[in-house]
Amino acid sequence: MLSRRTLLGTAAALPFTYSLLARANAEALTDVVVIAQQIDDMISFDPGESFEASANELEGNCYCKLVRPDVVNPSEIVGDVAESWSISPDGRVLTFNLRKDCLFDSGRALTAHDAVFSLKRLIVLNKSPAFIIAQFGFTAANVEELIVAKDDHTLEITLPSPQAPSFVLSCLTSNPCAIVEKERALANQQGGDLGNGWLKTNSAGAGPFRLVSWTASDRVILEANPHFAGSLAVKRLVVRHIKDPEAQYLALQQGDVDIARDLGSDRLRSLTSSTQFHAVSQTQLTSLYIAMNVSVPEFAKNAVQQAVKWAIDYEGIAQNLTPLVWDVSQSFLPSGVAGALNETPFRRDVAKAKALLAEAGLAEGFSIAMDHYAASPYAEIAQAVQQNLREIGITVSLLPGEQKQVVTKTRARNHQLALLVWNADYFDPHSNAQAFCQNTDDRDESAFKMIAWRSHFQDAELSASVEIAAREVDAAARIERYQSMQRLFWERAPFAFLLQRKAVAMVREETSGMVLGPMPAYTRYEGLRKT
Amino acid sequence: MKRFAVAAANALTTIAGTILGLLLVTFFIGRIMPIDPALAIAGDHASASAVAAIREQLGLDQPLAWQFMSYLGKIGRGDFGSSVMTSRPVLEDLARFFPATFELATTALLIATAIAVPAGIWAALQQRSTWDRAFRAVCLIGQSFPAFFLGMLFLLFFYVRLGIAPGSGRSGVMFDGVVEPVTGLLMVDTLLERNWAAFLDSAAHIALPASLLAFMALSVLAPMIRAFILETLSTEYMTAALAKGLSPVQAVTRHGLPNVAGKLIAMIVIAYANLLEGALVTETLFSWPGIGKYLTTSLLNADMNAVLGTTLVIGLFYLALNRAADVCGALVDPRLR
Repeated sequence: MLSRRTLLGTAAALPFTYSLLARANAEALTDVVVIAQQIDDMISFDPGESFEASANELEGNCYCKLVRPDVVNPSEIVGDVAESWSISPDGRVLTFNLRKDCLFDSGRALTAHDAVFSLKRLIVLNKSPAFIIAQFGFTAANVEELIVAKDDHTLEITLPSPQAPSFVLSCLTSNPCAIVEKERALANQQGGDLGNGWLKTNSAGAGPFRLVSWTASDRVILEANPHFAGSLAVKRLVVRHIKDPEAQYLALQQGDVDIARDLGSDRLRSLTSSTQFHAVSQTQLTSLYIAMNVSVPEFAKNAVQQAVKWAIDYEGIAQNLTPLVWDVSQSFLPSGVAGALNETPFRRDVAKAKALLAEAGLAEGFSIAMDHYAASPYAEIAQAVQQNLREIGITVSLLPGEQKQVVTKTRARNHQLALLVWNADYFDPHSNAQAFCQNTDDRDESAFKMIAWRSHFQDAELSASVEIAAREVDAAARIERYQSMQRLFWERAPFAFLLQRKAVAMVREETSGMVLGPMPAYTRYEGLRKT
Repeated sequence: MKRFAVAAANALTTIAGTILGLLLVTFFIGRIMPIDPALAIAGDHASASAVAAIREQLGLDQPLAWQFMSYLGKIGRGDFGSSVMTSRPVLEDLARFFPATFELATTALLIATAIAVPAGIWAALQQRSTWDRAFRAVCLIGQSFPAFFLGMLFLLFFYVRLGIAPGSGRSGVMFDGVVEPVTGLLMVDTLLERNWAAFLDSAAHIALPASLLAFMALSVLAPMIRAFILETLSTEYMTAALAKGLSPVQAVTRHGLPNVAGKLIAMIVIAYANLLEGALVTETLFSWPGIGKYLTTSLLNADMNAVLGTTLVIGLFYLALNRAADVCGALVDPRLR
């Protein structure tokens, strides 16, 4: 018979059953790695459709591409499924010879027909990331003729117009150019969607891992591709969506996760001194900048733009507000990209900034509103900028908002000042150069509405340079052009670049082999190992 | 019979009117938000024609009244549209997110009620004693401290310091995808499969967030129960019951409680409704994939199909709970019939 004492004893012991259970779990999970990460930006697992950071990273480990960046030196492009490649002297025809030992996770061999299908699929689907190769002039009408398989292991891409080879190859390393298994995609297509509906929640790649399940805003589970050529120590990888950095920190400390990806400066600083953890960091192609809308009369004056650039305390912000995670960077080409100037010509000089305002006829200052992301550390950075600008007479009222809200406002050109973040789309200087420098049509109905357009910034010389550099076949001449563009940009553009992001993964001591890439798509899990 | 038909018609009219009003307000708030849904969805590289196509696809190029009527028509056919954030039909998302919140809120309510009712009665009977003061102080903490702060304290104490509760999520890594969802309620599904280890794991995972929510709910419920009981203690029928020789506990349970049962049920229902839609902070802190988090993320990303669908489901639940409270109230208290 159940006595009161037994009942109370059992009830008191119940909470401790979990601790026993948890200990048993940790011992059993040597071939499973758990990562805590914010992954609620993911909208699809189809490389032809998704272009969000977390999707790029996860898909990058499930799919192969023709070429990929070298792990040690990302600006060096090496073959992924391509064994070798050649480029015609005029730079228009690229021929890739593919490896014969590459297998999809279904066990079927990867051929040039799969690669052709994947690139054509990207253009025909015409989803958000299609621009990656559509910018070369590929259309649904011409892609059939221009991207062809010469045989099972030879692929030929003919560019509609000449382009710098490094530019084309860089774009081919990006996630939308991932090679999808043609047969499986077509077997699962519905209504001629080329498998898009099915690939949203399934993978059909030849990368080291394959997708087991994705539950939006909750978790992604990958498992080792049984047909992957290399050996994988980790058989299962679980990425758990833990939005709150503090909750990530606690889970890492307790050993419930092996790697935490979104810890703030304070927590990173406290953990780096511990022998239980080690940090893996990598400078990312993510820039934090201030956009000044030239449609605001004050910002139409170059002297005012320069005054803002000379008023900001770059070092103070980096050291006090974002240590370990954001470094000072003042160029539109972030450090790591070919041709990036690592100089920092601006520093806080209140007297100079005031003199520039006076030169613009605004010695008394003026008032302005600045949109910024409400989350940390952007809100703190915005307050620091507000303080810096107040010292030269510019009164800034802050308008915090959610990221999507702020970005959408700038897309509609409704901002005055905006503190924003920009991620390069692919690993080539053209990505940022085009976004920040090119605006040949400032009308509302313009076909090209990138960052320069959004702030009404037009500079004929810079716009022309973007096109010339993209087509420059001589690599050294191309770099030189980008460098002169950056110097010109410092003088003329209404954008103040402040910081460049450094991704930091905090890893428990028993786990190793995490490789962060300068872009999410280049982060590699295949070397992960747990003792 | 006729009276029943009239009552049923009245109830249906009220429900339909409430749902229509709810959809109308949510729909128009969605349309006046500072985010243009087409620009938000289009991405950085979209051409003007692509944005126009999205606008057309979403029906944003049509007059507002037409948009609303069209939406109502789709809802009538059971089509809630697709979510931009998850690329899935909103109904599918709701079927996945709602059970998680339902499970959490129901567990929290059960814990809260089980503690709040006896605690409230006890405090009333011990009015102005040290116990009563301590009880009110604890309730004050639950009412005045923000959920985020209390949640962090719970995690630090039970998860980090004592190590007797798991951290975030609905289940441990070992049990991911082990159980086939039938009801969507993890504890129920694990029981249906007789997977005891998975059941223990899911029960352990829900314990901390449910306890946090329960604490916050009971800190509101218990003082009100105390006040109800104090009110009944001053009535003549209670004085008569005590004069007959009943102990205070007997008097309260036999005569006091039945008299306040109607009010009590109404209060518990309100607490339940609040738990269902107000668990956002708890869901974020404990990485609980529930409807509160889904609604907020959708709202911030101008994902209006998801926002409208979620609002509708929460609204329907409110209505159902209200009706249930009316029926239960009438059953236990003849004065409410």
